[in-house]
Amino acid sequence: MNLTDLLAAAPEMTLLGLICVVLVADLFVEEERRVITFWLTMVSLAITAWAVFETAPVGRVLIFDGSYVSDALSQVLKIGVIAAVAVTFLYSRDYLRANDLHKGEFYLLGLFGVLGMMVMISANSLLTMYMGMETLALSLYALVAIDRTNVTSAESAMKYFVLGAIASGCLLYGISWIYGATGTIEFHQLADRIASDPSVNNLALWFGLAFLLVGIAFKFGAVPFHMWVPDVYQGARSPVTLYLGSAPKIAALALTLRILVDGFGGLYGVWSDMVMVVAVLSLVLGNLIAIVQSNIKRMLAYSTIGHVGFILLSIFTGTEQGYAAALFYTLTYVISAVGAFGMIILLSRRGYEAENLSDFKGLNARSPWFAIIMMFMMFSMAGIPPFIGFFGKLNSIDAVLTEGYTGLAILMVLASVVGAYYYLRVIWYMYFEEPADQAVLLTSTDTRLVMSLNGVAVLALGLLPGWLWTLCLQVLHGH
Amino acid sequence: MIGLQHYLTLSAMLFVLSIAGIIVNRRNLILLLMCIELMLLAVNFNFIAFSRYLGDATGQVFVFFILTVAAAEAAIGLAILVVLFRNRRSINVQELNTMKG
Repeated sequence: MNLTDLLAAAPEMTLLGLICVVLVADLFVEEERRVITFWLTMVSLAITAWAVFETAPVGRVLIFDGSYVSDALSQVLKIGVIAAVAVTFLYSRDYLRANDLHKGEFYLLGLFGVLGMMVMISANSLLTMYMGMETLALSLYALVAIDRTNVTSAESAMKYFVLGAIASGCLLYGISWIYGATGTIEFHQLADRIASDPSVNNLALWFGLAFLLVGIAFKFGAVPFHMWVPDVYQGARSPVTLYLGSAPKIAALALTLRILVDGFGGLYGVWSDMVMVVAVLSLVLGNLIAIVQSNIKRMLAYSTIGHVGFILLSIFTGTEQGYAAALFYTLTYVISAVGAFGMIILLSRRGYEAENLSDFKGLNARSPWFAIIMMFMMFSMAGIPPFIGFFGKLNSIDAVLTEGYTGLAILMVLASVVGAYYYLRVIWYMYFEEPADQAVLLTSTDTRLVMSLNGVAVLALGLLPGWLWTLCLQVLHGH
Repeated sequence: MIGLQHYLTLSAMLFVLSIAGIIVNRRNLILLLMCIELMLLAVNFNFIAFSRYLGDATGQVFVFFILTVAAAEAAIGLAILVVLFRNRRSINVQELNTMKG
C-alpha cells in the first residue's frame, strides 16, 4: 500500500483534523460570540465536501486490506450527509441561541456524527461498519441529552442509549457468528466464500445474519424494533430531532446496501423474506399509528417508520432498479424531512417548543410564505405529484411491480393513501383554522433563504426528477 | 475435552442472561447498564472462541475494538444516568414513562 491509496480516505481524515481544530478553537470563543464556532463548523463541512469531490475515484478503490471502499455510491451518499447536516446546523442556530443551548458541543457532536456516518458509508468490512456506527451512535446519545435540565430529554436519551446498546449487542453477536461460519469479516471476501463454498452456507451463518438484520432494523427504526423512534423524536430538542431524523437515514441505507447486497447478495433467498416482513410491518403500523398522534414530532416519527417500510421494500426486490429506488427514496425523503423538522424549529420561540399539531393552526395568516413551504413538504411526504416524494414512491412501487409482487404494490399504495390523511391534516390546520397566536415568524435572512430553497428544491426536483434517478441508477450499477 | 461448542454454549447463555436481565429488571438502571456490558462480553467470548478455532487473529482484533467502544459507551451511559438522576431524583426504570402514544 502506498500513500496515494490513502487518498480514498482523505475526506474522513480531513474532517477529523478539522474537528480537532474546531474543538480547540471553541475553547477560546466567548459565550456571546459562539456564532464563530458555527461558522467554523460550516467551513469544515464545506472543506470536507470539497475533499469528497476532489478524491472522486475512478471505479471502485479498496484500501486498508479491503476494509474501506470508495466508489461512486459513497461519494453521492457522503455529499448527501454533509449537505443535510449543514442545513440542519443552519436551521438550529437561531433556536439554540434563543434557548440558551448555543454551545460548541452541539456542533462538535454533530461533526463527530458526520465522521461516523462517512465511515459507515465507506465501510467494506463488518469492523469498519461497527466503528462508524458507534461513532455516530455515541454522538447521538450525547446530543439527545444536550439540554441537561430537561426531564424528557434525559429520559429519551436513556431510552435511546439502552435500546441502541442492545441493538449493537445483537449486531455484534450476529457478526461473531458470521465470522465463525466464514472466517472473514470483509464484505467481498464474504461474498466470495458464500459463492465458492456451499458448506459455508449453513445454519450458523443464517443465525448470524438474522441477528445482524435485527441490528440493522433497530438502526433504521423499523417495526418491531421501532420503540425508541417516537420517544426519542419527541423527547429530544427539535434541532436534535432534525439531525437524527435526516442524515443518519442516509448512513443506515448505505449500511444496508453494503451488507445485504455487497456481502450477502448470494444469500438473497435467506434475507429477503425477513426484510419483507419487517418492511410490511413498518409500512402498516407506522402509517396507522401516525394518524392518532397530536404531537407533530411524534407523528413525523411514526411517518418515518412508514417511509422506512418503502425503503426496505425497494431493497427487498433484490434488483438494481430496487436499490436505486431505495437510494432515490432516501435522498428525497431526507430533503423533505429536513424542511419539515426545520419548520418545527422555526415555529418555536424562547421557552416555547412548538411541537403540537395545533401549533400549526392558522400559519397561513401568520406567515403565508412559510405556510406554502410547509405545504410543499407535506405534499412531498404524502407523495402527491408533482412533488419529489411522489417520484420516490412511484419508483419504489415500480421496482416492486417489476418483480411481480402485485399484492405488495397495492399495500404500498394503500399505505400512501392512509399517510396522505395525516399530512393533509397539517395543511388543513395551516389554512382553515384560526391561529392561536398572531406572532409573525421571526427568522434571520440566511435561514429564510435556505428554507425557501429547500421548499423550491422539493418542487423543482419533482418537476425534473430524471437526472436524480439517472444518477441513482448510475452509482448503483454493478452492485 | 472442552471444545468449541462448550465455549459457544457458555457465550449464548451469557447473552440470553443479559437480554433476560434487561427485560426482567424493572427497577434499577445501573443493573441495566451492567446487563449491556455482560452482553458485549458474551460477544467477545464468542469472537475469541471462533478466533482460536479458525486459527485467525481477526476475531481477537475485533475484541479489542469492542472493549474500547464498550468503555466509551459505559462512560456516555453513566453520564446520561447522572443527568437523569439530577432531573428526576430517581433511577427507577418504571418511572421512565412521561411520553406516551
